[in-house]
Amino acid sequence: MSAQNRVSNQTKVITGNAAAAYGAMLCRPDVVAAYPITPQSELIEQLAQFHADGILDCEYVTVEGENSAQNVVCGASMAGGRTFTATSSYGLVYMYDAMFNTAGYRAPVVMINVNREPPGIHAVCSGQQDMISVRDTGWVQLIAETCQEILDLTIQAFRLAEDYSIQLPVIINYDGYYLSFLAESVNIPAIEDVDKYLSVLKSQPKRPTLIPGEAIGCGSHGIGMGYVELRRKHMAAMDRVMPIVDVIDEEFGQAFGRRYGGQIETYRTEDADIVLVTSGSAVGTARTVIDAKREEGMKVGLVKLRLYRPFPVLRLSDALKGKKAIGVLDRSICFGWGCGPLYMETKAISSNIGHVPMLSFIDGLANMDITKEHIGQMIDTIFKASQGDSYQEVTWLP
Amino acid sequence: MSGKEIRFHGRGGQGAVMAAKMLASVMAREGKHVASFPMYGFERRGMPVIAFTRFNDEIIREKTQIYAPDCLMVIDPTLLSLETLFTGLKPGGILILNSPRQLETQPSQNLEKAGIINATHVALCEIGRDIPNTCLIGAMAKTTGWFSLDSVIKGMEDYLTGSMLKKNIRNAERGYDEVEVQRWQ
Amino acid sequence: MAVTEKKECCIFETEASWSYANSHLLCLKTGEWRTERPVVNREICNSCGICFTYCPPQCMVDDGDYYKANLEFCKGCGICAKECPKGAITMRSEGDYANECPK
Repeated sequence: MSAQNRVSNQTKVITGNAAAAYGAMLCRPDVVAAYPITPQSELIEQLAQFHADGILDCEYVTVEGENSAQNVVCGASMAGGRTFTATSSYGLVYMYDAMFNTAGYRAPVVMINVNREPPGIHAVCSGQQDMISVRDTGWVQLIAETCQEILDLTIQAFRLAEDYSIQLPVIINYDGYYLSFLAESVNIPAIEDVDKYLSVLKSQPKRPTLIPGEAIGCGSHGIGMGYVELRRKHMAAMDRVMPIVDVIDEEFGQAFGRRYGGQIETYRTEDADIVLVTSGSAVGTARTVIDAKREEGMKVGLVKLRLYRPFPVLRLSDALKGKKAIGVLDRSICFGWGCGPLYMETKAISSNIGHVPMLSFIDGLANMDITKEHIGQMIDTIFKASQGDSYQEVTWLP
Repeated sequence: MSGKEIRFHGRGGQGAVMAAKMLASVMAREGKHVASFPMYGFERRGMPVIAFTRFNDEIIREKTQIYAPDCLMVIDPTLLSLETLFTGLKPGGILILNSPRQLETQPSQNLEKAGIINATHVALCEIGRDIPNTCLIGAMAKTTGWFSLDSVIKGMEDYLTGSMLKKNIRNAERGYDEVEVQRWQ
Repeated sequence: MAVTEKKECCIFETEASWSYANSHLLCLKTGEWRTERPVVNREICNSCGICFTYCPPQCMVDDGDYYKANLEFCKGCGICAKECPKGAITMRSEGDYANECPK
């Protein structure tokens, strides 16, 4: 039995990057092409080690840059292969044009983006601005909170991307440093169990692929209505992503015993008067603060945003309807609106949830720690707004 | 024993990040929930590195840096002059220090005891290179009493093999045996 | 610490991340990274300047009769000691020099 087939169920203390590498390896990608960049380097180094040890049986292409990496995985995906790449900030923007290709060709590539601040102000630090900068490339985007979720989400990403009704590339985002280098106990499932979970894809129709020698190709000019038609098909596929993310999460829960709530996770929101919405590693810290505030009698809840693109309008509206005030914690900024980007998108559903006070908090830029004290401050501010006090719409912390 | 927070101070190349991760592995083997991560800007030798490790009976959900450590491990003695080194140390705090000398004064009011060992010297003897981290973890086991030397040795198997593992086991054992504990009231 | 745009409290004087190397070098004092420092034996040094030529951050300073390291920036790489044709430079552990008790 090959080394790959012997990967059995085990629990190890590993970093977020290593968890992502395990997640990718367990899905048996055909082609991996990536270029190192802090804070992702360990991920592709681990994959290279798996490959060298015979645990990962794939074509591992050591490209000279991220633009090539994206082009390689896009091409390989269009030839029918299961592909994987990983990058961060500078690398993500270096592959910008190729990302549009991958999405436009509907190639189901899975990519990890380790959140790091993008170019302009040099920083080797975590921040979600890189994820924000590729919002509308047409990729599905998900965000992880813990190392276990990174591994699980990577497996779910392949299930989602390659679903015949979806056929879209998927990015998994997680915070650099606070998650990429965070070592936690992670359960690594047995590879046969992952094979079984993904086997549903085999019973679906096959997507069109490039075949050497055959007169078939992708990338024709989208002339006139042809272009519009393909754009509408892409949008429709994005719409279908939302319910399927919930289904996939439930299927994963049944197969592996771990569920994450699907598009969003609600934490103590049912009877909450005020809610904080956030994503990524800050969610973990926020949970402890919410519990402490609840002990003091404050009825506060938390919404964890897992799916970012497409934006989970229906489920978020459901969770926030009837609340007295809402705060959104962003780890990035939206230049056009002077607030956080997730805040701006949450504000856009005001008509669904009632025009209540909504507050934007910006924290955690460039590795700045989102501490329990900061989150406590945010919750107090949201509470005061819910009581009718005048409030500042946008607050930058610290 | 309730949960503990440990902050590691070192320089790139000395194994501070590895020490923090190894401690997490050790405590995971003792059945605790663990979380460990480093904070640094540029990945290069000589740059100051801070690492954080938490362990607890409960699941650890927060992902912040450590502001009120129960224990500090200082891998490079030149870092002792850092003004912020002892910031936030909890009363009854413990220091594990790589140094050839005992401390002349109590560097922080909250510091109750310090486990001091010339780990650089031990590492140069046992491993042949200035990688004092496993020696200091052995010293930490003895000084704090929070985990056994046996768990340390088993925890190292997650990261090392062959002769490197044997050398580091000797490193850790000597750290455990030779650490000198200084106490203050 | 609050984020501020008040002129007197800013880290940067400018809109973008400009730094003026002569007056306000926005980088760490790399001397703090050092674990060993070069010590020049004045009796052997003949001011040939080879250490100055090889020093990567160019911090060997001509002190008239001999060369010495600018300890604010010397990272202790040891290239000067290796290249000195007279063997006048030895690397000594910072531990011998460190102020071991914090202020």
